[in-house]
Amino acid sequence: MTMLETPSRPRFALADDTRPIIVASAFVLVILAVGTAYTLATQGTMTLLSPTYLLQQLQVGAFLGIVAGGMMVVILLGHIDLSVPWTLTAAAMMATAFGGAKAIPIGLGIGLLVGIINGIGVAYLRIPSMIFTLGVNAVMRGLMVAHTGGFAPQTAATPLMNDLAVGHLFGIPSALFVWAGFSLVIVVLLTRTAFGRYVYAIGNKEAAAYLAGVNTRAVIVGSFALCGLCAGAAGVLLAGYSTKAYQGMGDAYVLPAIAAVVIGGTHILGGRGRYLGTLVGVILIVLLNSVLSIMQMPEAGRQIIYGSVIIGMLLVYGRGSKVTS
Amino acid sequence: MTSQSTRPRPSDLAMAIRQNASLVAAIALFLALFLVYNWFHPKGFSPQVLLQNGNEAFSLSLVAMAQTIPVLLGGLDLSVGAVMTLINCLASHLLHGGPLQIMGGIAVCLGAGAAAGFLNGCVVVYGRIQPIIATLATGAIYVGLALFLRPKPGGEVDENFSWAMTNGLSDFAETFGLGTGGIWDYIGWIPVSLLLLLLVVFLVWVPFSRSVTGRTVYAIGSAEGAAYMSGLAIDRAKISAFTLAGLLAGIAGLFLAIQTSSGNADIPQAGSYTLNSIAAVVIGGVSLLGGAGSAIGAIFGAFVLRVISFNFRIFDVDPLLQPLFEGIILLGAVSLGAIRVLRVKNTLELFR
Repeated sequence: MTMLETPSRPRFALADDTRPIIVASAFVLVILAVGTAYTLATQGTMTLLSPTYLLQQLQVGAFLGIVAGGMMVVILLGHIDLSVPWTLTAAAMMATAFGGAKAIPIGLGIGLLVGIINGIGVAYLRIPSMIFTLGVNAVMRGLMVAHTGGFAPQTAATPLMNDLAVGHLFGIPSALFVWAGFSLVIVVLLTRTAFGRYVYAIGNKEAAAYLAGVNTRAVIVGSFALCGLCAGAAGVLLAGYSTKAYQGMGDAYVLPAIAAVVIGGTHILGGRGRYLGTLVGVILIVLLNSVLSIMQMPEAGRQIIYGSVIIGMLLVYGRGSKVTS
Repeated sequence: MTSQSTRPRPSDLAMAIRQNASLVAAIALFLALFLVYNWFHPKGFSPQVLLQNGNEAFSLSLVAMAQTIPVLLGGLDLSVGAVMTLINCLASHLLHGGPLQIMGGIAVCLGAGAAAGFLNGCVVVYGRIQPIIATLATGAIYVGLALFLRPKPGGEVDENFSWAMTNGLSDFAETFGLGTGGIWDYIGWIPVSLLLLLLVVFLVWVPFSRSVTGRTVYAIGSAEGAAYMSGLAIDRAKISAFTLAGLLAGIAGLFLAIQTSSGNADIPQAGSYTLNSIAAVVIGGVSLLGGAGSAIGAIFGAFVLRVISFNFRIFDVDPLLQPLFEGIILLGAVSLGAIRVLRVKNTLELFR
C-alpha cells in the first residue's frame, strides 16, 4: 500500500481492461451451457463438452483468430483494415498458383506487401484508413478477378498447407500451433517491446507520441504490415483447409474479426485493449456460430442474435464516457 | 494593412469555389465523365439514356445522402445498406392493392426506415457505443429482419405505380390521370427519379442543414466538447441525425423495390451499398473526421461512382478487368486527399 496507488478504486474492483475479458468468458460458458442443454434435450448427448468438439471448434477458430490478432493491432492504433477479405483471398490464390516450396512464402509475402501499401497510404499520405484500405481491397479484388477470370482457380493447395490446416500434432490440430505462434508474437510485441508501447501511445494521442519522438509513421506501417501478414497467413491456412482457393473466401472474416476484437474489450478508437480479450472474443464468436448451427437456426435468426450479442456485450462494458469538454 | 489593400479582394464566387473545392471537383469529375459517356453512347444526350441513368443512380445517391449525416457527426453508419435492404423487403410486401393501400404502404416503409435510424441513434446516444460498432451490430439485426421478411427473393409491386415512378413525367401524369399534352409536352421527358431526388434534397436536406439541429450536427463533428459547452442539444441532434439517415436509406430501399418490382434480402448487396456510400461521401468532399461537407457532394460522389460503371458499358471494357479499373479509380480518387499533406506547414496539423 504505497501512497501512489489511486485511492478511489476499491481493493477488489476489476481493472477496466479486465472486466470485458471476465464478462466475455462468462458469456462463452453461457453459450456452452445453452448449447449443451439443447443437445441434452434433443439428442441426449453432451457433444459440446467433448474435447474433440472443442478442439475442432478451435481449429476452425484459428483462421478468424489469426485475422483478429492482426486487426487488433491496427485497431489499437485507432485505425482499421478493411482490405482483409481480398488480401486473404489474394494470398491464398497466389500461394496455390505458385505451389511447391514457394507457396507459403509467396502467400505471406502478398499479405505483407498489401499491409505495407496500406501503411504507407495511412501513415504518409494521411488518408483515413477506413477508406484507403477499402480502395486497396477493391484493387486486390480487381487483380484477382483479372487473374482467375472470375472463376475459382484450378490450382490446389500444397501438402504442407494441408498439413498445417487439417493435420494433427500430438493429437492437437496443427492449425492451433500456428494460431498460438502468431498469438505469442503479437503478445510479446504488444507487451514486451517499445513497438507495442508506441502502438498504444499512438492510439491514445498520435500528436503526443510524435512530439515524444516516436517515429509514428514507421510504427503505423509496421502495424499494417503485421495485419496484412496475419491476413495472408489466414489465407494460406484457409486454402490448405479447403484444399483450394476460391472467390470471396475472405468475405466472412473482416466483420467478425472486428466484432471479436471489440467484444474482447479493445476500444474501437484505439489506445486500450488486451490480446487475451481478443482471444476470448474469437472463441465467443466461433462457439456462438457453432451452437446456432447445431440448433439449426435460420440465417435470419443468426444475424439478429449476432447483432444483439455485440450490442448487449458492449452495453455491459463498452460504454464510452459523455463528451463534456 | 497595406499588404491587404494592395491585393485585390477575391470575388464571392472565387471564394465560394475555394471553400468548396472538393465539391466542385466532384461535380467537374462527374460532368466530364458524363459528357464522355453521352458523347460515345449511340443514343447519347437523349431522355431515354437519362431516364435509365437516373433510375440506376437513385438508390445509391439516397444511401450516400444517408451516410453523409452520421459522417458529419464524426461517426459512420455501417447499417445504411442494411436499412435499405430491410425496407426493400418490407416494400415488396406492401406496395400493391388499391391506391390507399399503396399510400399506406409507402408511409409504413418510410416510418420503418426512420424507426431503424432512430434505434441506431438511441444505441449511440443512450448506450454510448461508438457509432461504427453500434451500426455494425444493428446492421446485422436489420439484415436478419430482412431475411425474415423475404427468405427468398420475390414479392410484387403494383405495376402501374412502378411504371409511373421509373419513367418520365409524362408517363407519370398519364398513369395517374393528370392529363396529356399541354405542359407535359415540355417537361414530360424529365425522369421521375431525378425529380424525386431534387425533391428530397429541397424538402429534406436543405431545411435540415439550415435548422438549429442541422447546425448542431456540424458543430458536434467539428468539436463535440465545444458544442456541449455552447449549450447545444447534443443528444437530440445525434438522434435526429441517425433517424434522418434511416429515413433516407428507407427511401432508397423503397425505390429499389419499385425499380426491381421485388424484394431481395441480398447481404452482399447491402454490404456493397454501405461501402459504396462511404466512397461516395469521400469523393463528394465530406470529411470523414466530421463537421465539413454536404449531402449534395455525396450525391455527386454517388453519381461519379455510377457513371464510371456506365462508361465501362460504352467502351466495352473486358468484364474481367472492370473490377480492377473500378478499384484503381476508387483508390486514386480517395488518394487525392493526400494533396493536403503537401500543403501542411506544421506537421502537428496532420494529427487532427
